[in-house]
Amino acid sequence: MIRAENIYKSFDDNEVLKGITTEFYPGKTNLIIGRSGAGKTVLLKLLIGLHTPTSGKVYYDKVDFFSLSKKEIRAIRMQVGMLFQASALFDSMTVEENIRFPLDMFTNMTWKEKKNRVNFCLERVSLGKVNDNYPSEISGGMQKRVGIARAIVLEPKYLFCDEPNSGLDPKTSIVIDELIKDITVENNITTVINTHDMNSVMEIGDNVILLYNGEIAWRGNRDEVLHSDNETLHDFMFASPFLQQLRDSALQK
Amino acid sequence: MFLKNFLYHMGRYTIMLGTTFSRPEKHYMYYKETMRQMNDIGIGSLIIVGLISIFIGAVTAVQFLYQLDGTLVPVYYVGYIIRDSTIIELAPTITCLVLAGKVGSNMAAELGGMRQKEHIDAMEIMGVNTAAYLIMPKIIAALVVIPMLVAIAAFVSVVGGYLAAVPTGMMSDAEYIQGVRSFFEPFNVVMMFVKSIVFAFILTSISCYQGYYVKGGSIELGQASTNAVVFSDIMILLADYLIAVLLTG
Repeated sequence: MIRAENIYKSFDDNEVLKGITTEFYPGKTNLIIGRSGAGKTVLLKLLIGLHTPTSGKVYYDKVDFFSLSKKEIRAIRMQVGMLFQASALFDSMTVEENIRFPLDMFTNMTWKEKKNRVNFCLERVSLGKVNDNYPSEISGGMQKRVGIARAIVLEPKYLFCDEPNSGLDPKTSIVIDELIKDITVENNITTVINTHDMNSVMEIGDNVILLYNGEIAWRGNRDEVLHSDNETLHDFMFASPFLQQLRDSALQK
Repeated sequence: MFLKNFLYHMGRYTIMLGTTFSRPEKHYMYYKETMRQMNDIGIGSLIIVGLISIFIGAVTAVQFLYQLDGTLVPVYYVGYIIRDSTIIELAPTITCLVLAGKVGSNMAAELGGMRQKEHIDAMEIMGVNTAAYLIMPKIIAALVVIPMLVAIAAFVSVVGGYLAAVPTGMMSDAEYIQGVRSFFEPFNVVMMFVKSIVFAFILTSISCYQGYYVKGGSIELGQASTNAVVFSDIMILLADYLIAVLLTG
């Protein structure tokens, strides 16, 4: 479990996060949602230590993350997988080399064991025969899947996904969402997803927090979204008249 | 303001170097990356270094022959002057100034691009010490390969001087060879290698610093690449003066 406690974060005079306290649970897809500029990415990067909080604490299973030494932080990070918004695959490496990189760096596995693990991860994300392709030679959706394969290759305890659906068509987005959800449940991973995709909220939102102006404006799960009377949530989720109609008809049923 | 900026960058540069020289997670991965860098810096720069060196030697020969014409200085001194000026000064300094432009800007752009595409963040999150993995192999490769390039540059410059002076009839083959073999001081070669090692460290560490901490977009990346060359060149020239004072004083 990851717990953020009273997190404040400022960049110069701009206070981006204002007293965030929340928990992210294992085996569940924990979503951080909100409009652009609400502080989602800052919170996500702060949870993994790419930003440091102005004040507040982040606990990984009761361990205070920011009180650890660099070496201890690296040890925790070896239990973390991350899927980046733009996948962040290394351009000069093939798909196989990208996925194998953490294994090369941190394990003493034989070449054959690594090969098997890479192939297993590629099969898990429903990708085959792309081992020798470079990232530029595969589609955006495939790049996301390779990113997921790389994120899970070391069997992480924590998985972070920054806008996993950005730039993808609705169908592919659903596939990626389902994949993340399945992997989370199968391996009991604490998954934190930063998104503004409403489909993701309704499909895989086990534990959702809505950020608004750097504060948590609402928290709940996908089943509570329709019935909530929180105005900030409504403004965000059902922004267009069409979506409002859909919500009204769903509630009438 | 200038002092504050200077201290800020010096502090961050020192911290970066401290993080860079730490124990590798996996020696083989660092070895592989170092070999790749040696190939990029060494083989990739051979042609440009060779070309520049041959012309340095040729121009030095032609200009000294012109200056010494009609004087009482024996003509074979031209060979001696070319040898010593290239070994002591021209080969290490000009080669490293050129490499700052070619290799340094390339390193800054490579690291800056990785920063902007979140590759460095991705490695950090995996638990990789990115300063060590991305910078240390570049510095080690440069410390090994650049002195070799400088030695080649010195040799090629002497050959360039010969080609400009002897086949054109400006001086005889025997005179040039006599000059090159006269008054040889082995310590000058030591000075050449000291300079090349110091310059190699300066140009790689400054270029990596500029690239590693890039923020913003393509304009900032271009600025980092330019800064890498400008600051490396300035520091190389400053170090050149200091080494000259220390080793010849």
